[in-house]
Amino acid sequence: MKDLSKKTILIADDDYDYLFQMKMKIEHFGYHVVTAEDQKEAEKIIQTLKPDLAIFDLMMENDDSGFILSYRMKKLYPDVPIIIATGVNAEAGYSFSVNSEEDRKWIKADLYLDKGIREDQLHKEITKLLEIKDNKQKS
Amino acid sequence: MGKLKILVVDDEPGICSGIKRILSNFTVTYPFMEENIEFEVDDVLTGEEALDIITTKPPEILLLDNKLPGISGVEILEKITKEHINVLVIMITSHASIDIAVKATANGAFDFVPKPFSPQELKSSVENIAKHIYLKQMTKKMKVEGKQIRFQFLSVLSHELKAPINAIEGYLKIIKDKQIGNNIDSYIPMIDRSLARINGMRNLIMDLLDLTHIEAGKKKRELKPVNITKTAQIAIDTIDPLAIQMDIKIHLHADNDFIITADPEEIEIIFNNLLSNAVKYNKKGGSVDCIITEETNSIRISVSDTGIGMEQKEIPKLFKEFVRLKNEKTRNITGTGLGLSIVKDIVQLYNGSIEVKSKLDQGTTFSLSLHK
Repeated sequence: MKDLSKKTILIADDDYDYLFQMKMKIEHFGYHVVTAEDQKEAEKIIQTLKPDLAIFDLMMENDDSGFILSYRMKKLYPDVPIIIATGVNAEAGYSFSVNSEEDRKWIKADLYLDKGIREDQLHKEITKLLEIKDNKQKS
Repeated sequence: MGKLKILVVDDEPGICSGIKRILSNFTVTYPFMEENIEFEVDDVLTGEEALDIITTKPPEILLLDNKLPGISGVEILEKITKEHINVLVIMITSHASIDIAVKATANGAFDFVPKPFSPQELKSSVENIAKHIYLKQMTKKMKVEGKQIRFQFLSVLSHELKAPINAIEGYLKIIKDKQIGNNIDSYIPMIDRSLARINGMRNLIMDLLDLTHIEAGKKKRELKPVNITKTAQIAIDTIDPLAIQMDIKIHLHADNDFIITADPEEIEIIFNNLLSNAVKYNKKGGSVDCIITEETNSIRISVSDTGIGMEQKEIPKLFKEFVRLKNEKTRNITGTGLGLSIVKDIVQLYNGSIEVKSKLDQGTTFSLSLHK
C-alpha cells in the first residue's frame, strides 16, 4: 500500500458547508486537508505551505477568485495540480471564458469539476492528478 | 452606426453620377443617436450586375430604376422579396406612373421617387429609409441585450439556489451513511446547518418575488397616505429580537408622524431591508439610528449603523443583484444579495435617490429621499 498520509490537499471555498463536507470526504480518502474560507486566506496559506494538490472554488470574493489563485499558485509551485470546482457550468449558461488563446495562457488550472461530482469520481480524479505529478517528478 | 451602403442601379450614367453627387455630403441625424449616418454610394448600369452584388454582398439600400436594358427593376424587386434578401429598395420610376409605383410598393419597395427628381426629393426619401434602418437595428439590439440580462440573472439565480441544495444534500448523505457514528447528537450541527440553508433559500425566494413584482410592474400598487414614522417603528419592532441577540440598540428619530402617498408594502420593504442590514452588518454592542425628516417635496430617511463598514471601492457594487460583499467579516452573515437592489428599484418608483456613505470598521449610512 502506498502511504498517503503525508499528502496535503488545500481546499478553498467560501461556502462553509461545502468546505466542511469536502474536508470530510477527502480526509476519508486518506489525505491531510487544509482549508481556506476565501481567496485571501488561501493566498496567505500558500505563502508558507506547499500542498500536493489544491481545489479552488471559482467564485469567492471575486468572480474569478479561483483563476487568480491558480495563477498565483502555479507561479509559486508550477508542479502542484489544481482543480477548479464550480457550481456554475455551461449547462447553466454561465461559462467561464477559456475560449481564447489568451485566456488559456492565463488560466492555469489542470481540471474543472462540477461541484455536484460523485464522491468516487472525485477520488479518482485526485488520485489521477497526483499520480501524473509523481510520475513527472520521477522522470 | 456609421455608413450605410447604397447601390444605384440605372442605365443612364448621368443619373448615377448625379445621385452620387447629391448623397456624397449628405448625412442624417436622429435624436439620441450618437453619430450621424453617412452614405457610401456605388453604382451599376444593369440589373444583372446589380443582382450579382445583391446576392453576394447586399447593400443596405438599393436605388433601383425600373427601366433597365435587360432584367427590369420590378423583376429584381420580386427576387429580393422572394428570397428575403435584406435590402431596402427605393424605386426610381421613369414616369410618375401610379401603376408602377403601386406594383413596386406591393412587391416590397420601401419608397419610390419619380423621375425627374429634385435633390431634396431624393434626400428626404433616403433620410426616411436611413431612420427606418436605424430604428430597426436599435430595437434588435435592445431585444438582444434585454434577453442577455435576463439570461445572466437566471444563471446566477440557479447558482444561488444550487449551492444550498448541494450543501443540504451533502449533509443528508453523511447522516444516511452514519459517517460519524451512531450517536444522533453528533449530527445535530449538520441538521442545524441544513435548516439554516433552507431558511436562506426561502428568503431568497421571497426577495425574488418582491423583485420580480416590482420590476414587472405587475404588482398592484396601492397608493394611499402612509405614516412613515409608524411604518419605521413597526419594522424596528420586527427586527428588535435579532438586534437584542447581538446587543444592538435601534433608535428612531422622527419629530412627527410623517405622511407620504405611497404603497405601504413598498415602504415596509425599504425599512425592513435597510434596518436588517444595519443590524446584520453591525458589531456586538453597536447601535442603529434611523432618522426621518421632511423637506418641501420629499421625505428623507437615513439609516446609520456602527458596524463593519466597507471600502469605498465596494460601494458601487452594492446595488447589483446577487452581489454580497464577501470578506472575513461578512462570512457568517446570511443574506440573499437581493435586498438592496430591491430597495433601489422601489426608490426609483418614487423618483427618489439613494446614497451610501461608509467607513471601514466604523459603519455605514444609507440615505434616501422619496418624493411625496
